[in-house]
Parts: sequence; C-alpha cells; structure tokens
Amino acid sequence: MSTIRNQFSSLHDLREKAPIFLAVLFGISIYASACNLFLPEDSIFYVSTYTITLLGKYLCYALLALAVDVVWGYCGILSLGHGAFFALGGYTMGMYLMRQIGDRGVYGDPVLPDFMVFLNWQELPWFWYGFDHFWVAMLAMILVPGLLAFVFGWLAFRSRVAGVYLSIMTQALTYALMLAFFRNEMGFGGNNGLTDFKDLLGFNLQSDSVRVTLFLCSALALAMAYCLSLLIMSSRFGRVIVGIRDAEDRARFIGFKTESYKVWLFVYSAVLAAIAGALYVPQVGIINPGEFSPLNSIEVVVWVAVGGRGTLYGAIVGALLVNYAKTRFTAVFPEAWLFALGALFVCVTVFLPQGLVGFFKGKRLFKREWLPWFKQQKSGEE
Amino acid sequence: MTVFNTVKQAIQSRQTGLFSAAQKQPNIDISHQVLLYVEGLSVSFDGFKALNDLNLYINDGELRCLIGANGAGKTTLMDVITGKTRPDTGDVYFGQTIDLLGKTEAEIAQLGIGRKFQKPTVFEQQSVFANLELAMKVNKGITSTLMARLSPSELDWISQVLDTIGLKSHYTMLAGALSHGQKQWLEIGMLLIADPRLMLVDEPVAGMTAQETERTAELLTSLAGERTVVVVEHDMEFVRSIAKTVTVLHQGSVLAEGSMSDVQNDPAVIEVYLGEEQ
Repeated sequence: MSTIRNQFSSLHDLREKAPIFLAVLFGISIYASACNLFLPEDSIFYVSTYTITLLGKYLCYALLALAVDVVWGYCGILSLGHGAFFALGGYTMGMYLMRQIGDRGVYGDPVLPDFMVFLNWQELPWFWYGFDHFWVAMLAMILVPGLLAFVFGWLAFRSRVAGVYLSIMTQALTYALMLAFFRNEMGFGGNNGLTDFKDLLGFNLQSDSVRVTLFLCSALALAMAYCLSLLIMSSRFGRVIVGIRDAEDRARFIGFKTESYKVWLFVYSAVLAAIAGALYVPQVGIINPGEFSPLNSIEVVVWVAVGGRGTLYGAIVGALLVNYAKTRFTAVFPEAWLFALGALFVCVTVFLPQGLVGFFKGKRLFKREWLPWFKQQKSGEE
Repeated sequence: MTVFNTVKQAIQSRQTGLFSAAQKQPNIDISHQVLLYVEGLSVSFDGFKALNDLNLYINDGELRCLIGANGAGKTTLMDVITGKTRPDTGDVYFGQTIDLLGKTEAEIAQLGIGRKFQKPTVFEQQSVFANLELAMKVNKGITSTLMARLSPSELDWISQVLDTIGLKSHYTMLAGALSHGQKQWLEIGMLLIADPRLMLVDEPVAGMTAQETERTAELLTSLAGERTVVVVEHDMEFVRSIAKTVTVLHQGSVLAEGSMSDVQNDPAVIEVYLGEEQ
C-alpha cells in the first residue's frame, strides 16, 4: 500500500501537477518582460507596455478566479460577492498610493488627498492614518477583507445558510458595499474613487520597469497562490472540504465542525481575492466603487465555469481566455459583450458542465480508455 | 468467524498501536451499566408528534434492535441522539454525566457516537480509501487536518478495515461508482474506523444480497460487547438473526421491549405491527 502513501501526500501532488503550470506561467511572463525591456520599439518581437499592463490585469483576474474556485469548485459555496474582497484589497492599496502623492496633487495639500480638499475636509479621517506606510496598507489589505469574510462567513455558515440563499447574501454584501463607497461621506473618494497615483514605494508608476515589475509580481502572486491552494486542497483538509461539498451531514457525523472549515476556507479565499485587487489597482491606475458592482462578481463565476470548477488551473485558464475575449470583443462591439458573456455562460452550463478543462480531460480519457475498447469490439466483430 | 477475527485483531493492534493515544477518549461514566439514557423525549414537527414521551435505556456492550412501522420515530430518535434534531422536551445522556442535548453533531461524533444513515451516505467524489481516511478516529481540528500525514499504523488500520468490508481491491475507486450494497459496506467501514463507543446503524442491509446480509449480521454480532450497537431495521429475518433485545416503537413511544419471541407474542405488538406481517 505504499502507492497510497504517495497518493495521499500533498507534496506529491505539488510535484506532480504544479511544474507545467509554473513553467508556462513564468516562461511567458519572463519572455514578455524581457521583450518589453530589452528590445527596441521597432522590433517585431517588442511587447508594448500597454500589453504588459493588460497581461498583468489578466493575471490579477486569474488570481481572483482562483479564489472563487477554491470556495465554489471545492466547497460548493457559490460566492457571487468575491468582487467585494477584490475591491477592498484594491482600496487599501489605493489609499497607500493616494498618500504617496503627497503635495503633488492638484491642490498641493501635503496630507489631504485631493478629494478631501475638494470636500473642504480639514483633517485626515482616522481610518486613513498609517496608510502612508506600505506595510500598514499591506496589513490592512489582508486584515480588512479577511475580517469581513470571517464575520460574514461565521454568521452565514453557523446559521447553516447554504446554496442559493448564501449566493444572494453575497450579492447583497457587495451591493451594499458599493452603495456605501459611492457616498462621499465615507471618505474613499465617492464615485470617482481613488486615482491619479504617482508612485509606489518611491518608484514612478508610469515607468516601463515598474509596470514590468508589477506584472511579474502578479505572476509570482498567482504562482504562489496556486501552489499554496494545491497544497491545501491535496491535504486532508482539502478532502474534508470536498466531503463537505458532497455530503455535509456525513462530514458532521464523523466529527468535523464543518462550519469552521467553511469559514476558514472562505477567509483564505477572500484574502486571495484581496491580494489580486491590491495588485490590480496600481496597474490600472484607478479604484472606484464600480469594482463592487454585483455584475463583476458574477463575471468571475462565469470565468471559473468556463475554465472548469474544482481544478484550480481551470479557473486561471477560464479567466485568461474570457478576459482576452472581452478585450477583443469590446473593441469591436462594446454593447454586445454582456450578451456574448450571457450566451457563453448558458452554453458552458448546457454543453460543458465541467468547463473546458473537463471537456479536454474527457477527450483524453476517451482516447486512452474508450477508443481502444471500441476498436477491440470492432475487430472482434470482423 | 473470519470477519470476527479480523475485527478483533484490528482492534487489538489498534490498542497497542502507536496512535491509540492520538485522541483522548472522553471518560464515560457507565457505573450503572447503562450507556445511553433517553428519558421523556418528545419531538413534534408542525403539530405531528414524531416522538412522544419516549424512554429508552441502552446498556453498555448491548446489541439492540429497534423496529417499528414507518413514522414510528426510529430515525427521529437517531437524529436527536446525534444532535441533528433538537427535542421539545426530554433528556438524552451518554453515560451518567454527559448531556448530549445542546451539543453539535461534530461534538457528539467526537464523543464516540457513530451513525450510519438510512440511505448510504459516503463521499461520492472521493476514493474508498479517502472515505475511510476521513472517517478515521483522529484529531478533527483544522490545523491538525491541514498537517495530517498517514502514519504506518493508521495505514494498517485502514487496510484491515478494507479487508473487513471486502473492498480491498476497490480502494482507489470513487465511492460514487460503488454498487448500493458496497456503499453500505463502505459506510459500515467508516463507522468501524471511527472506533465509536456507540454505533447507531440505520437499515444496514437494505440493498444487500442474502450473503452480504449474513456477513453484516456476523459483523454486528461480533462488534457487540466491545461496543454498543443500536440497529434500526425493517428486515424481520435479519432482526431475528441478530437480536437479543428488541424494542418496538409505535407512534413515537416504546410499545414493547424484550426478546424477539417475547415481543412477537406481545398482544399489543401483534395488534399494531406484527399483526399484518404474520
């Protein structure tokens, strides 16, 4: 039974599954970065900074999709509000970037961001204190969404809210946050959000090298999140999580406190989403309450469904493909994109319930297992 | 008696094994020989009295069969004992001191009360082996689950249970792909590996062949003594083959209790339940 030992060691899974993914991810990102930094602009292999930023954005979306897959694909918690954690992570980064502007804003106030001067505020609200330090912002980026996810999850899972009711509650959560952040009095820039960022840790955000670094950081964050999630999901903890998805009562009656498992998984997922948001904001240069829009969170679910649930890399592939399609599609027919997205979701649900990953897996399985069988049958008949 | 021997061996090897102290067995006070007290239990759903002032005492090491028509309250009783349903009134004690009411399902399971559902409930998307691994009696806390590695003695224990339930050659198979009877066995295996003090077994032989039923009977009788087993079953032949004491439930309370022949000759029982059968 030594084979079993291997099968059930999470490190084994990491060694088995991660290398190809990591090689592709790092291969492409390092290649693209090198082409941007070291090639002249007229070379046919030159990758524009615009493309680098776009790729960086996709990687952040991929990390967000990974976060959703962790809860939805593995634990069956269909969160339609992960955009909220993404946006909160983005806001913490945005607050730090606002404070970095210093007196270079339009009004030249050394402490207050422009929008506060515009609103005639005299001093910095207490929750902006400390955000001139990067580490405080990073701490807030983890703690704020993590705490929100913990409180929300604790209340919801303890009361045994599940299924569609939970999904609706997550929608309500992100919608409520959107409305709150739209208000000027909240102190986060109202509907304009936070923008006009200048530097990050003293480096100019507009420079190519910073753009490339941010892109590479996104790739690194995605790689680390992937490996960590793979480790978690292939540990016994992961098997309990899948057990909860398939037969929660059974898991309870063999002694697992399923509520706690779900809460901690939800918190982990929320933190991943927040990291994605924090990496996203410096790359796109703005964060506004639109990021909390319920529609955004639903889009993430579509990415995961297209890629394939419960495989981790499926979510990443789905996020990259759908967002690439979105970039292409909105350039040609901007109005039709939502219809296309809706149609895509319907098609995937009907024809590819396991997503693209499941489709190709099925095909491989067919070739390996069934095709020889069919052939054998046929030759037997002759 | 092959099944009996493997289980016996497995239990012995476990007690001497490395991890027998892995989880502290809660101290259950059975100084009055009674392991489970159920007193004055009433449960109603929307006015329907599923349990009506029910009293039941299960002795330590006993094999008890619960029979009764549909709606007599057998499954509701199990739900109350395992913490799934909260009763309106009544007491449920595990041993002399442990009050089960107000404890969660997980806490009750960790106290050593295992349950097999009426409909076989296993983790269908995971292998037979993983099902047993999850059910094993170990620390069920989050951090220890995250860091858990199978020790050689745990591996042996799983292997022995696989032998007992006859699924050794299927251990990599997804539980969802098993036949109904095999799922029943797997669930029984999950009970065994949890090493419970009290096993509540709801319709263990539904969907089993005659041969499998016989093996189940053998297994359950071999388990009694080491641990306490409560079986709910419709199959009268099966009950007759294993039961020493039978409790008949009717409309949420105990109608009769005694040996199978006593119960069968009880006029009240003949009237409401067995009357139709004989």
